Amino acid sequence: MELAAIGAALAVIGAAMGIGKIGSHAMDAIARQPEASSNIQTAMIISAALIEGVALFGVVVALLSIG
Amino acid sequence: MIGAISSASEEKQPHDDKKFNTSEFILDHIADSHEWHYYTTKDGHHVSFPLPVIVYSKHSGFHFFMSNKLSHGHEHDGLKIGHEGEYKGKIIELDEDGKLRESLPLDFSITKNVASMMMAMLILLWLFISLGTTYKKSGIRAPKGFQGFLEPIILFVQDNIAIPNIGEKKSGKFMPYLLTIFFFILLNNLLGLVPTGANVTGNIAVTLTLAFFTLIITNISGNKNYWKHIFATPGVPAWVLPILVPVELIGILVKPIALTIRLFANITAGHIIILSLISLIFIFKSIGIAPVSVVFVLFMNMLELLVAILQAYIFTLLSALFIGLAIEEHH
Repeated sequence: MELAAIGAALAVIGAAMGIGKIGSHAMDAIARQPEASSNIQTAMIISAALIEGVALFGVVVALLSIG
Repeated sequence: MIGAISSASEEKQPHDDKKFNTSEFILDHIADSHEWHYYTTKDGHHVSFPLPVIVYSKHSGFHFFMSNKLSHGHEHDGLKIGHEGEYKGKIIELDEDGKLRESLPLDFSITKNVASMMMAMLILLWLFISLGTTYKKSGIRAPKGFQGFLEPIILFVQDNIAIPNIGEKKSGKFMPYLLTIFFFILLNNLLGLVPTGANVTGNIAVTLTLAFFTLIITNISGNKNYWKHIFATPGVPAWVLPILVPVELIGILVKPIALTIRLFANITAGHIIILSLISLIFIFKSIGIAPVSVVFVLFMNMLELLVAILQAYIFTLLSALFIGLAIEEHH
């Protein structure tokens, strides 16, 4: 049961690093060109949701390994 | 029968000696069930709304009764709800001697998730049929009231999701499907967040069915270009094809599976987080933790609201993207 928790935590670390990078690059892009900010924001949210989907794959596998 | 809240028989629960089982508490609130449980009073009185049980058994045919006959492990007509092991929560059948029959009966019951989906369906039908009749009666004018709130959302789905991905000519054909899944997922996500709501989109069977619809619609509307890209990818030497074709075929299946798991895991994870934060109060058994817990729960609820809307948008966007890829012409 502990390994499942460690696996889920690793998936969360991966997601956090990925989404953090997206956020930081989005901030840089908005700072460079404020007119494009709504496009950038939409793209950022979509990418974040897709990456979170992959991380939740890992969490689901961890949950399945308990039962 | 509708509106009658019937209560199960009195059950004196020994509180304080029973340790609070967090994972059981959480899983009970996420899983489907044959009755709609509202709350339990202090002396163990369960207040819940029983739902119909419709079961077909090979040995004894159809059964149709209300689920309060099966509460607390009672047996009715040889059927009972299993308590432990692999049959936990499922309806199992016993023969005359009380022994378990090997094959489970087919369960078509109206469970909590099915009842909640039907309510969501009725709400959606009422909202959109009345919107349609408003347009028919008064022409293409901005509708007043709540219907004026729906129109920008529908236009958003058309202009930002359908047209960029499917193209302007053919998006009209797929707009009904995209609008349906967008509002269905959005409404069910939101209904899962209110108290006594059912966790519909956090049920992997429901999300699997929605992703299955996307799979069917994508592959039925695939044109020759689409299938050529899968079976005879242009610009690829012939000896790579035996490796590439299975990979492409698996790719067709993986995309709906990703849709399934993304929606299911996001919604279920949100519910588990909120339930865990609330059960902090019961684990620590002190009122002092309540303000911290409630503040966290409020914050997580706001985040869950965002996730509910976002996941509906992402599911619809990816469905539109897959459909657009399937009907793309050769450039």
